Amino acid sequence: MTADMELTMVKGNEALGEAAIRAGCRFFFGYPITPQSELPAYMSRRMREVEGTYLQAESEVAAINMVLGASSTGVRAMTSSSSPGFSLKQEGISYMVGSEVPCVVVNVMRGGPGLGNIQPSQSDYFQMVKGGGHGDYHMITLAPSTVQELVDVTYLAFDLADKYRNPAAVLGDGLLGQTMEPVRFPAMKELPGVQDWALTGAKDRKKRLINSLELSADGLEAHNNALQAKFNAMKVEVRWEEYLCGGADLVVTAYGTSARIARAAVEAARAQGLKVGLFRPITVWPFPTEALAKLVNGSVRAVLDVEMSAGQMVEDVQLAVLGRAPVHFFGRTGGSVPTPREVLGQIQKVLGGEAK
Amino acid sequence: MKQIAGRPEALSPVTTHYCPGCSHGVVHRLIAEVLDELGLREKTIGVASVGCSVLAYNYFEVDFVQAPHGRAPAVATGVKRARPDLVVFTYQGDGDMAAIGTSEIIHSAVRGEKFTAIMYNNTIYGMTGGQMSPTTLMGAVTATTPYGRGPEAGMPYRMAETLASMPGAAYVARTHVADVGNIVKTKRAIKKAFEAQVAGLGFTMVEVLGNCPTNWGLTASESNAYVTDQMLAVFPLGEFKDVTKEVAANVVRA
Repeated sequence: MTADMELTMVKGNEALGEAAIRAGCRFFFGYPITPQSELPAYMSRRMREVEGTYLQAESEVAAINMVLGASSTGVRAMTSSSSPGFSLKQEGISYMVGSEVPCVVVNVMRGGPGLGNIQPSQSDYFQMVKGGGHGDYHMITLAPSTVQELVDVTYLAFDLADKYRNPAAVLGDGLLGQTMEPVRFPAMKELPGVQDWALTGAKDRKKRLINSLELSADGLEAHNNALQAKFNAMKVEVRWEEYLCGGADLVVTAYGTSARIARAAVEAARAQGLKVGLFRPITVWPFPTEALAKLVNGSVRAVLDVEMSAGQMVEDVQLAVLGRAPVHFFGRTGGSVPTPREVLGQIQKVLGGEAK
Repeated sequence: MKQIAGRPEALSPVTTHYCPGCSHGVVHRLIAEVLDELGLREKTIGVASVGCSVLAYNYFEVDFVQAPHGRAPAVATGVKRARPDLVVFTYQGDGDMAAIGTSEIIHSAVRGEKFTAIMYNNTIYGMTGGQMSPTTLMGAVTATTPYGRGPEAGMPYRMAETLASMPGAAYVARTHVADVGNIVKTKRAIKKAFEAQVAGLGFTMVEVLGNCPTNWGLTASESNAYVTDQMLAVFPLGEFKDVTKEVAANVVRA
């Protein structure tokens, strides 16, 4: 089957589900939590049509461990949640990284900490890109800013997970999950064959073990070294977008929904004759450090990081910029979404301040 | 030719890490014998839990996945849903199943997940050094009940009976391995559980009462006496759910 010729009007959460199915995902283990609940609901309907398995787990903890079990047999499996529920999945994610079992996990972020609220937020950046669970690890984390991009990166995430035998994450927020937009779906993939590490029953071969326990310090250090080498190899998967950055005095850095808002602000600023561009990480891990460093190494006089958080990605921005330009921050929290007008105001303020 | 002695094919030819006198090895052997007798070794996936028996994956000649503490039933659910043609079992202690993993085991039984859970109930956390577990007997002295378990620490509850009351349970039994006769009965129960799984009847579980000489501070024979003299009074033996009988009765009626 080829990619769709027609555009379909579809909600972010449901588009994500369809993209996963087209990528060959046939096992979905879910648990209801707003604002991602349309995704398990979609999967409960759609999996039956494609002879896949949908199962509503008793908790997010159980759901991620069901993914661990299913993925151990070499199938493509996924689970999704929103911030409080995603916290509960961290144990299982750490085990899957340690055991080198692939899967795709989805976090449709909402306001926190604690139960917070159900409004869109970006306050799980640290959790997603700095480890989240216990132990030294990373997972490729894709942060789309439109529903079409959500489809594209979800489709890609399964391949990346399999390629590196590591969980891959799709990071959205309540706004993206709830937004309806026209999208073009990619082709239905052939189901992948069984990998040579998968558990299939020890018939005519030695038994296989999927395991994260290594009691000796030397053994566990060797395993960690191998994992770190793999995380380094994953850095070639870095993706980002530069928009109107040519000759910019000010670069706005933002991802996901806040990047979409910042884009409108940048366009408005350009219309006023201000030299402003947008740098948008598509993978927040690996972070496009080199690309940003290269960009902020000449005419750029200042950087403005915009997030729906109290300032998380801004730390990675600072590490990339390394003092070559001042890094300003503008964030809204608790489910408040910045407006393009607010961001434009911040752009004007920064450029005004720099001019003095 | 029928093998009447020797090591089962499903049991790895290695020395275990279990303490002298511990009954884990006995239960491992019974499972291995059952897998051999039912011809399941090459189509079985084991799920190891956290505790003394985490290293069970080293002792069986079958594919294994190691689960986080308490989550073995959720992992087994995922494995079995992905490969319903294979046979899946968990091997969990009382701390793993009756404390941190209560939610996962109960909901596996509720859904009638078609795997077999083997619980080794020795009323204590062994690997971490002998702390109280939910099944620790009243008055028992452990690392975390130095004055003996009192009611403020709760009272032992019965996992087999709890699971037998769940709608998806097909076969649930409690046995012990503190003497030869009951080792034979335990094997019979484990075999029945695996047969019920293969027949697709639902969730199956065998709770095996076993010893922990090291953490109980007893000799092997004293610890076996503790099983029969103390534990049986709180954890009665029996088959608490057995739909194989109903299935057989229906076949006869039909």
